[in-house]
Amino acid sequence: MKMTGAEILIRCLQEEKVEYMFGYPGGAVLHIYDELFKQDQVKHILVRHEQAAVHAADGYARCSDKVGVALVTSGPGATNAVTGIATAYMDSIPIVVISGQVPTPAIGMDAFQEVDMVGITRPCVKHNFLVKDVRDLADTMKKAFHIAKTGRPGPVVVDVPKDVTAQVCDFEYPQTVQMRSYNPVVKGHLGQIKKAVQLLAEAKRPIIYVGGGAILSDASDKLRKLAHHLGYPVTNTLMGLGAFSGIDKQNLGMLGMHGTVEANMAMHFADVVLAVGARFDDRVIGNPANFAEEPRKIIHIDIDPSSISKRVKVDVPIVGNVPDVLDEMLKLVEGSKPDPAQTADWWARIDEWRGKNSLGYKQDSELIMPQYVVQKLYEVTKGDAIICSDVGQHQMWAAQYYPFDKPRRWLNSGGLGTMGVGLPYAMGAQFAHPDATVACVTGEGSIQMCIQELSTAKQFRLPIKIISLNNRYLGMVRQWQEMFYGSRYSGSYMDSLPDFVKLAEAYGHVGMRIERPEDVEPALKKAFIDHKDDLVFMDFQTNREANVFPMVAAGKGLTDMILAEDL
Amino acid sequence: MRHIISILIENEAGALSRVSGLFSARGYNIETLTVAPTEDPSLSRMTIVTTGSDDVLEQITKQLNKLVDVVKVVDLSEAAHIERELMLIKVRATGKDREEMKRMADIFRGRIIDVTDSTYVVELTGSSSKLDSFISAIDAGLILETVRTGVSGIGRGDRILKV
Repeated sequence: MKMTGAEILIRCLQEEKVEYMFGYPGGAVLHIYDELFKQDQVKHILVRHEQAAVHAADGYARCSDKVGVALVTSGPGATNAVTGIATAYMDSIPIVVISGQVPTPAIGMDAFQEVDMVGITRPCVKHNFLVKDVRDLADTMKKAFHIAKTGRPGPVVVDVPKDVTAQVCDFEYPQTVQMRSYNPVVKGHLGQIKKAVQLLAEAKRPIIYVGGGAILSDASDKLRKLAHHLGYPVTNTLMGLGAFSGIDKQNLGMLGMHGTVEANMAMHFADVVLAVGARFDDRVIGNPANFAEEPRKIIHIDIDPSSISKRVKVDVPIVGNVPDVLDEMLKLVEGSKPDPAQTADWWARIDEWRGKNSLGYKQDSELIMPQYVVQKLYEVTKGDAIICSDVGQHQMWAAQYYPFDKPRRWLNSGGLGTMGVGLPYAMGAQFAHPDATVACVTGEGSIQMCIQELSTAKQFRLPIKIISLNNRYLGMVRQWQEMFYGSRYSGSYMDSLPDFVKLAEAYGHVGMRIERPEDVEPALKKAFIDHKDDLVFMDFQTNREANVFPMVAAGKGLTDMILAEDL
Repeated sequence: MRHIISILIENEAGALSRVSGLFSARGYNIETLTVAPTEDPSLSRMTIVTTGSDDVLEQITKQLNKLVDVVKVVDLSEAAHIERELMLIKVRATGKDREEMKRMADIFRGRIIDVTDSTYVVELTGSSSKLDSFISAIDAGLILETVRTGVSGIGRGDRILKV
């Protein structure tokens, strides 16, 4: 059957079972929008800025096992999408972004709203395509979805010139993908797996270090089985929170720049590290030279060979899909439990570190401590909400004080650190899970980077709860300036803030301002229970000077932590 | 350490920029880069000369393999291989230099492929160091222009890079 390119594009999305597409129309994608209008299988969610379209698609993918989809027009639509694409790239999130392009004869002519999208996005996509012939469109779409979700996932851009969406050809959606240049390894090398199991069995000071890869590959169940079987301590990275339960007694909490004392010390002094879908990045192990001071054996499971031995030398590399590799390990360890006596001393040391209570803080009677808000949020939502955060101090507090029991409940921009993701992530999460409680933990700085999406949330009646920890500073910047720049608060002061209550109301939502510690819990209850079906913007006026602790300063080793009591 | 990396890559628009972009984005060196389609026009063969420690080379190879368009990557310099580079060099050839230039071209097994009453163009093929030697062997003041292709390399004997 003959179809136009626009029709084919929509049919491809239907074939891929795309339920929601986040987008913003414009000249180059009008044919596509016209076809969207004629069907109701793919629901279009109109955002208020293209950046949010990509973030929402990204958020949707993060908390489901589906590929997120965004549609933007050429030129500024495409460039606005770039931050979203780079954000997804850094965290390996499977999304497909369809961008309009000027008609093929106009490409290179500096046409109206023309930009070299394939060129601009090349360094921040897993792959991208420019479709120059309508006969390639269906095949390209199939490849785009395949590439986005297989191997180490990532964003794929499909740039479609306007004339291609008008051209006509036969449509047949390919059932399979054959690419000689792209065949990700799935199964781990059995010899290496055996070596790993041997090392783990002999370990006296083991640690299991879990990253976002364990969540992206849905390895949580197998990971828990293995960790419980071994009885070894576990630490999650910022991206790995929820892969191993945050409320399990084997959990040492998050590690890294703002990790707990027990997690960081255990990571540093372990004799065997089992890294699961994690990449030893600078925010996690600090200075690699310091990290290398202690002798240890590292086992690293990752689907991406280039993640292995990139920052630290690995002894047992295992390239493969994490759950498949863990499955093999489970088979091998079955029937032989390590003797708990072997790690008794290690656990005793860990308990000593735990005794430092490095996440302790004091909630006085006058000023709301931001950590307290997150703890109360945990209590009121019974730990069962999808928490989307922006970037900054509030992000770290949410990560530290809201233990995640399940995977895909914690959405944040870990790699790129993109302020403004919180609200669009919450939108994506609410579309993926309409009945779930979705909260956006943010600050007055971050929220204003995508605040226009309050309008989208109104249009689609998304009952998101915005928990804004408002300290009238760009808090993380201020914290660094206080600690490393002689308290010269250059550019970190937020003056002329809007009245967020009125702002929320102007968009048709519920706004609340909370100024006293004793009001925190009742306000949260009111928002989450009485206003269950409303978007509530909660403006918490918090202690302005609160800092995130522990802290490993940039360039320092993991053991070099600044604790709250040090200041 | 100097390495010669051979890449088979889908012969598609933008393939070269994916590779060169990877090198610049991650701060790897490119000393020379050559690319042309193979006997199978759907594939291009690229040869990159780069320098770096073993760790850097490991990352370069892994990152190249990660590019969706890249079919195969080999570090040619890991084992027996042949490398060749072509240079065209235009030199002043007047008076006593004319005869001397001809002699030097002969010694280096170069060929004079363009002649005017005051210039020669010498075509020279060999390893990069041979081309370097030629340049340093002649009087620098006589060199009018040089153009080099960059290194092409191939494995010896049974070492074959093919799909």
